[in-house]
Amino acid sequence: MNQHNISDTSLMLSLTLVVIALLISQKEKLGMSKDIIWSVCRAIIQLVIVGFVLKSIFDINNSWLTVLMVLFICVNAAINARKRGRNIDNAFTISFVAILSGTVITLTILVLSGAIAFVPMQVIPISGMIAGNAMVAVGLCYSNLNQRFRDNHQRIMEMLSLGASVKLASGRIIADSIRTAMIPTVDAAKTVGLVSLPGMMSGLIFAGIDPLKAIKYQIMVTFMLIGTASLSTIIAVYLSYRRFYTARAQLKVMDGSLGE
Amino acid sequence: MDDALPLLDVKDVAFSVGDRQLLRPVSLQLHEGDCVLLTGPSGSGKSTLLKIIASLLTPTSGQLIFRNSDITTLKAEAYRQQVSYCFQTPQLFGQTVYDNLALPWQIRRQKPQQEKLVAHLESVNLSPDMLNKSIEQLSGGEKQRVGLLRNLQFMPQILLLDEVTSALDEENKLAVLSLINRIAAEEKVVVVRISHDVNDIQQAEQVLRLEPPEKENARESA
Repeated sequence: MNQHNISDTSLMLSLTLVVIALLISQKEKLGMSKDIIWSVCRAIIQLVIVGFVLKSIFDINNSWLTVLMVLFICVNAAINARKRGRNIDNAFTISFVAILSGTVITLTILVLSGAIAFVPMQVIPISGMIAGNAMVAVGLCYSNLNQRFRDNHQRIMEMLSLGASVKLASGRIIADSIRTAMIPTVDAAKTVGLVSLPGMMSGLIFAGIDPLKAIKYQIMVTFMLIGTASLSTIIAVYLSYRRFYTARAQLKVMDGSLGE
Repeated sequence: MDDALPLLDVKDVAFSVGDRQLLRPVSLQLHEGDCVLLTGPSGSGKSTLLKIIASLLTPTSGQLIFRNSDITTLKAEAYRQQVSYCFQTPQLFGQTVYDNLALPWQIRRQKPQQEKLVAHLESVNLSPDMLNKSIEQLSGGEKQRVGLLRNLQFMPQILLLDEVTSALDEENKLAVLSLINRIAAEEKVVVVRISHDVNDIQQAEQVLRLEPPEKENARESA
């Protein structure tokens, strides 16, 4: 394998790219210089910390520490997904359960099938990819639920007025929300290799691995992302749609939904 | 059972959202075969009252007693199958008229009976061919009648109608009103209907007029 080590000097020189962005911001009066500097500083600090943490965890190679790291990733993903869960009580708990379940089920299948080994060096990066994808899917799912419950207020009330259960009245919204949340993952799978060379594959090729071997990993990643996105969104939708109703199976009052 | 006992007893029901009162306290007793016309200016809470009776909204204060039981103790789905609310401008489901008329059957896990669906269509001046017509091709009046027929697939004990003839021409309005009167007389269904039509108000057996909360408040303070 051709190991490629980036030198500190090379890294410093690549900072020129940021300087270019700063110059553009100044010249075009975008007012983004502060933001760019702040984001670059944050990225450097976060990545340095993560680098040291991962190095320690990989060196210690302890199963419990690996599990703890997976939990940490899932908690952070849930905190982020929750932000899109307005109108949804306990959005954090629902997001955590959904993302953790999707991640654990997918990891278990990958480990049991022998696709990856249960070592921190493999489990942690894969967990990050899975949980990150699940986080985006669950967040999208919440946005959709909020939008569709608002747009279809009367339609749902009509179903309820005919004696339909909350589940039946929400059926269409549940299906549409899951479908919409899955679209980015499914579309990414359709264009993988044609539009972009994804992270896992690019990383391996960059590190000198034979592209024919690298694609095997990318195929595995495609499978796991589709699996996790569907698992996490289904769990999140079914745990959250009832939050739009009261205990009396009534739609919660939203702006403009009452008529006169 | 005591005959004098109302089917539904609405006791001092009011509704507010935050500080804004949408319905001032209303009391109403409904007995089998009653036909009540609900009227009042815009903003008096007519639709809100019907939604509260249909248990689509919970009143801020007051109580509803259905067949001697507080409705909060009854299963919402089962109650709504007995006390059915029809919207003024119904939103239709699925692709065709059939999809809409079949929905109440699906809710009850029953197979729709074609001959009943056709008979219902004819009862409101709609052709049997209409069954497979796309909902996109329906006029406002046709949609309103299909919406009403959804509520009549399984006869409720109380039928709540929110200006269901507002989009109909005179001929179709008469057909719908005649159907409603027949249901009330033959099936002993209680009908509570919102209308602003002067003729409807003059001909109604019972009229309940609601006042807007602000107006009521102003009158009280005057």
